[in-house]
Amino acid sequence: MAIKQTIKYDSERDKSFPQEIMSRPGCEKLYGCIQCGTCSATCPVSTYMDYTPRQLMALTRAGFKKEALGSLTIWLCASCYACTVECPKEIKITDIMYALKRQAIQEGIYPKRFPIPVLAREFYNMVRSKGRVTENFLAVMMFLKSNPIAAIKTWKLGLNLMRTGRFAYKLDSMKQPAKMATLLDKADTGWKGGAR
Amino acid sequence: MKFSYFPGCSLKGSGRAYEESLLPVLSALGVELEELDDWNCCGATAYMAVSDAAGYVLAARNLALAEQKKQDLVAPCSGCYLVLNKCQHYAAEYPDVATRVQETLKRDNLTYKGTTKVRHPLDILVNDIGLDAIKKRVTNPLKGFKIAPYYGCQIIRPYATFDDQHNPVTMDKLFKALGAEVVTYPLKTRCCGGSLTGTVTEVGQNMSYILLREAMRRGANVLATTCPLCQFNLDAYQGDISSDYHESVKMPIV
Repeated sequence: MAIKQTIKYDSERDKSFPQEIMSRPGCEKLYGCIQCGTCSATCPVSTYMDYTPRQLMALTRAGFKKEALGSLTIWLCASCYACTVECPKEIKITDIMYALKRQAIQEGIYPKRFPIPVLAREFYNMVRSKGRVTENFLAVMMFLKSNPIAAIKTWKLGLNLMRTGRFAYKLDSMKQPAKMATLLDKADTGWKGGAR
Repeated sequence: MKFSYFPGCSLKGSGRAYEESLLPVLSALGVELEELDDWNCCGATAYMAVSDAAGYVLAARNLALAEQKKQDLVAPCSGCYLVLNKCQHYAAEYPDVATRVQETLKRDNLTYKGTTKVRHPLDILVNDIGLDAIKKRVTNPLKGFKIAPYYGCQIIRPYATFDDQHNPVTMDKLFKALGAEVVTYPLKTRCCGGSLTGTVTEVGQNMSYILLREAMRRGANVLATTCPLCQFNLDAYQGDISSDYHESVKMPIV
């Protein structure tokens, strides 16, 4: 049995991490959290999370960077905003989740073949190259890069989509997608926590 | 009434039926929708997870195009509706966001002021056209339909622009005006699983299952929603869900 350190020393916390997260638009109220757990109670996905939203808020502001960024919680958040609406301290929890997702992608700390961050990256790439998204192409890319075997299981769904006219055979695009890509890159350049 | 229209990716793809029914209905009620020329993806939920600044620019470009026409912007997809609204709120609340958006759009010779209102078709139907006017135009009352009204999350959260955040009722009122019976459906704003249904299927499909089962228990024979992703999740995976949970949850989702 491998023995692991389970309790952190104070010196091992990353004290700049909460400041960094709070500097992003929408995340400034993190320190206001009173750990009441309303977010965890309203969250429809918390039953599947490794850390509940309340725990994640506590980890983040205490500087447990690796735990927060490596958690499944941030990727399981479906952005339904129930926690944000119910939080008695008006903390935009969903937006803090987003900030953690961005940080995790940038630092490469996320479960590698887990489909959700893969979907986010592929979505980003498709919008950057076409300006629009074509759903079934995006789904195929996601499966190829995360779990090709699962893709085979979706053949029936694909057929049903074709049968009901909900399947796109060609990639949709803006008139000048390259212009859009330039705009997006410019938006990102030098932005705090930006993708480039 | 004339509005700019932002279809978004879904209404041109898997949600085609939504566009095909929405446009004729609104046109019959005297609302003209003019599709935004060369619109781009709103950014949805996935984009925000990679880059927020670029996400706001995506949304703001569409808003700027509508501003040029001096028209309010209709976004039928809940995801688009939220993201466009969120961009407005963030640009107003955070000067950093507003400056970044304006400086970036200048490159495309666009300006963003935040003067365009983002509207949802449901809002227009109930608040602009009005239930009485709609009632008068009903030719085929929806007799025999017991509808579970499902709002999903993003048209009322976090920005409740036209309905109550905890117990929205616009759809309930609309369906009653059309002659249908509306069942009590307490899960009307519970999340359907969003993109989890296709990514982490055991989690997402469980969330969809909860919604379908409750609609059945409440005696609904159809579930109606305004969100293309909710519609897709609840409709396309019914076979998988029924076999996984050994319980038929099949019902039409419109």
